[in-house]
Amino acid sequence: MTTFDLASTTLRELNSALHAASDGTFTIVNPQGAHAVAAGIDSPIDVTVRGSVGYYCAGMHQQGTVRIEGNASTGLAENMMSGRVHITGNATMSAGATAHGGLLVIEGNAGSRCGISMKGVDIVVGGNVGHMSGFMAQAGNLVVLGDAAGDLGDSIYEAEIFVRGSVESLGADCIEKDVEAEHLATLERLIGESGLDADPAEFRRYGSARTLYNFAVDDIDAELAAAGGAS
Amino acid sequence: MTERWNLRESYTYDRNVIAEIQRAANTGIYRIRGWGAKRELPTLDDLVVLGASMSRYPLEGYREACGTDVVIGAETSERPVQLDIPVTIAGMSFGSLSAQAKESLGRGANAAGTSTTTGDGGMTPEERGHSKTLVYQYLPSRYGMNPNDLRKADAIEVVVGQGAKPGGGGMLMGQKINQRVAEMRTLPEGIDQRSACRHPDWTGPDDLEIKIIELREITDHQVPVYVKVGAARPYYDTALAVKAGADAVVVDGMQGGTAATQDVFIEHVGIPTIAAIPESVRALQELGVHRGSVKLIAAGGMRSGADVAKSLALGADAVSIGTAALIAIGDNDPAYEDDYRALGSSAGYWDDFQAGNDPAGITTQDPELASRLDPEIGGRRLANYLRVLTQETQIIARACGKSHVHNLEPEDLAALTVEAAAMAKVPLAGTTWIPGVS
Ligand SMILES: Cc1cc2nc3c(=O)[nH]c(=O)nc-3n(C[C@H](O)[C@H](O)[C@H](O)COP(=O)(O)O)c2cc1C
Repeated sequence: MTTFDLASTTLRELNSALHAASDGTFTIVNPQGAHAVAAGIDSPIDVTVRGSVGYYCAGMHQQGTVRIEGNASTGLAENMMSGRVHITGNATMSAGATAHGGLLVIEGNAGSRCGISMKGVDIVVGGNVGHMSGFMAQAGNLVVLGDAAGDLGDSIYEAEIFVRGSVESLGADCIEKDVEAEHLATLERLIGESGLDADPAEFRRYGSARTLYNFAVDDIDAELAAAGGAS
Repeated sequence: MTERWNLRESYTYDRNVIAEIQRAANTGIYRIRGWGAKRELPTLDDLVVLGASMSRYPLEGYREACGTDVVIGAETSERPVQLDIPVTIAGMSFGSLSAQAKESLGRGANAAGTSTTTGDGGMTPEERGHSKTLVYQYLPSRYGMNPNDLRKADAIEVVVGQGAKPGGGGMLMGQKINQRVAEMRTLPEGIDQRSACRHPDWTGPDDLEIKIIELREITDHQVPVYVKVGAARPYYDTALAVKAGADAVVVDGMQGGTAATQDVFIEHVGIPTIAAIPESVRALQELGVHRGSVKLIAAGGMRSGADVAKSLALGADAVSIGTAALIAIGDNDPAYEDDYRALGSSAGYWDDFQAGNDPAGITTQDPELASRLDPEIGGRRLANYLRVLTQETQIIARACGKSHVHNLEPEDLAALTVEAAAMAKVPLAGTTWIPGVS
């Protein structure tokens, strides 16, 4: 196991070492809220961060595992592609933004815009999510064990949102949908993988009404022409 | 109409205005189109170049050297961008353009020694393969955004906005969202895609600074980072982009082209390129980075070497072209006049880039139409055009006695209109008057 002390190692030294590694276990101590900690990993390494981090921790993460024992600021695991990012505390805004794949687990609460524009990632939040979570979410699953604040899933595409607690309000074009057997299976799997504990039967499902997918265009001239009338 | 001299067209309600009111009333949806602003605007044509005279020596047009190279990111990046000419190809996505069009742009840029740019839809292996120097756009939608492609790029361009629509997000209409385009963007096929106008994980210049650090960390500080803004408040935007750590600022004036935007946006939001460049330059100068560590790339309505030379004289380090590059590879070609007519348009007028039925095979995903464009010929045409732009720029620079196009300066210019003098901050021709300055 290799330990990096961010009180005495630069961010550049840390990240270049993580990028150069093809396997192994790494511990980062004294992160002191640094930004872009462990960003851009692309190998099956195992990284533990002891303490809280700033913006974009594990940004664009691939393959390996990053575990943060603390809290994270904006953009945790933004655009992650694969692998696993797991935080024991809370994450502020835009956690998992635009992420394409992998699993992001937030044991505590997530701030606003959790899973914004998500494109295939699975996100499991043990606590609550802030307003506008799942905004324009395109694909993947957002599982919330607590409550969701206002405008959940605004302008959502084909992502699925599951909430166990209350939903303050749904955003434009987001509706509640039936929970079928396949969704229970998804929940069962994701809750299991996250290591959190909840009964899949307690969740409600939200997704796109698909009314915003295409522009609504009237065509009076065509209608009149078809009816044989003057236009 | 000469036979009916009693008819008078209204200036306020001309035929275009009437047609638009009728179209809006018929459909209930605002007009969406491609191209850029079509109304009359102050342009670089409102400036003239002062050739050498008694007090200045010209250089021999055909003999003496006049450098045209541009280097971006020399101080921050392991692999700075090195361009042979001060004209780059602007960001235009695969999706908005056919694969053949993207390939033509790549081939033309390679031959002329400059860069091409991806767009709102990610990087295709073909465009990477066909472009020697490829700038990867980092857009609010993050469609197709992927760290592997990021690392394949020769530069990263964080797009805050574009000139055709400062404050607006991208658009791609359902006709162009075929299976491949849909998969690249993780969207259902056939939807009218309206991409985000704000970045999902940063909200202001302080955040952007951290975002640029992240991008540099992920790419191990290999390549430069640009920031592209639509010209609205170029002085502040440029200063903030520099503060955020950009190696280059791309300022796109309101004439700038688009693949699909609301007409009201194209014609009414933003400021013209001639007004934007001096404001960006002022910010760079005040921060001590002009013609130094941060480069300025100006875009929006660049058509000729005269436009390039005047932009450089105003203080840009390079320009970027979109519409002109498409015209060079075959857009609005009169050879397709019958097809344009069938679409209710005419060669020279056609601007429905959003529609996906481009007779020239450029702004389409229809395989049959796209096959009309031969990428090798398209690439040759673009390379020829880029060479002409470069030669014209050199002709003007040499006439002003400059051994490098970057030695052009505002002192080499005069304005033909009071407005241009005020915007460009050069004297009205024949006077020493710069409105607001002298
Ligand atoms: C077909 C087309 C597609 C475009 N797509 C993008 C894009 O994806 N991202 C972007 O930043 N700008 C896009 N633009 C704007 C260009 O990058 C550039 O700013 C503009 O074309 C410059 O103005 P010009 O067309 O007058 O040269 C597009 C323009 C056109 C014509």
